[in-house]
Amino acid sequence: MDGKDEEELARLMRAAIAGDERAYGEFLQRASFLVRGLARRKITHGGIDPEDIVQETLLAIHIKRHTWRSDQPITPWLYAIARYKIIDAFRRGGRRIEIEIGEIAEIFAAPEPETVSEREIGRALSTLAPGQRSVVAAISVNGRSIGETAKSLNMSETAVRVALHRGLAAIARRFGRN
Amino acid sequence: MDTSELIKTLAADTRPRTLSLSVAWWGAVAVAIAIAAAVFFTTLGPRPDIAAAADTVRFLFKFVFTFTLAGSALIVTQALSRPGSQWRRAMPYLAVAPVLLAFAVMLELFALPPATWSANLIGTNSMVCLVYIPLIGIGPLGVFLLALRHGAPTTPALAGAAAGLLAGGLAATFYATHCPDDSPLFVATWYMIAIAILTLVGAITASRLARW
Repeated sequence: MDGKDEEELARLMRAAIAGDERAYGEFLQRASFLVRGLARRKITHGGIDPEDIVQETLLAIHIKRHTWRSDQPITPWLYAIARYKIIDAFRRGGRRIEIEIGEIAEIFAAPEPETVSEREIGRALSTLAPGQRSVVAAISVNGRSIGETAKSLNMSETAVRVALHRGLAAIARRFGRN
Repeated sequence: MDTSELIKTLAADTRPRTLSLSVAWWGAVAVAIAIAAAVFFTTLGPRPDIAAAADTVRFLFKFVFTFTLAGSALIVTQALSRPGSQWRRAMPYLAVAPVLLAFAVMLELFALPPATWSANLIGTNSMVCLVYIPLIGIGPLGVFLLALRHGAPTTPALAGAAAGLLAGGLAATFYATHCPDDSPLFVATWYMIAIAILTLVGAITASRLARW
């Protein structure tokens, strides 16, 4: 399995680096399968949702893709990033539990209606500057293209690309710092 | 945001690739050398008898040590800045400079009468050494930490320590052209302490700064 994954992933990433957007989407899709498998094996008790790890790893892969050398195998690179994110989540998880105990009183005081569980990345999205947030939300949640987003927000396509790039980088930084 | 939405979003972000990590490292090395040289020549400068000193084996050995240290630390730091690299295989390189120095210390102990050992160890310039190696190296260390941030170190503190060794090796190379104390006993004591300071600063700073 690994040999085939390796070859195919490296090929897709090389195409992605050369500017093939579709190959990049395919690469991320396959990467998400591998990372999900790893995250589900490593995270056996509650507190951390493996799918959050998958998303944070994909974001890290995206932001740090220039650290892969195209003459090197890609799966060790990918798994190293995923393991780092799992360890990081455990580290942050320890702190979050303390915070949650402190918030229990508040939760009892004002019970909120149950909502669809929101992913960590979705939560991070809400902390972005308004301009970046509307661009990232238009593309991610509403599934718009760069062109459609530019039109609906009355921005140039370049400005949309810049806002998207900066917004994603800001979300990634948030995970690194916490 | 579910995972398939995230994938679509990431794939839409096709901004031109950022600077390759290898290029970033060579740039960082060049800038770090320039900073170290600027600080060294404006504060200390080489010793006046450097031409005569260059004929002595003790003076030359200082550079064998500092170059070996800087070179091995560069290999290890670069490896630590890249996820999935075989950095453990590069770690033994870090032993080369200390082993060479230990060997030189032994030869020095054979060559010198025991009565002069402590005078050679204490030297005349130890405080200058302890102040100026960290001072010359702190700018380069900052540059190397930025390069680490551009990379993706999966063990930030260790990577920062390696960056500190690299900055220390570089700073010690400049400082060695100034220092009149050439005995390996002096180098093994004061240079090592000064370089250890940078290593510690690198490890502490990177464990906060180089997370991602």
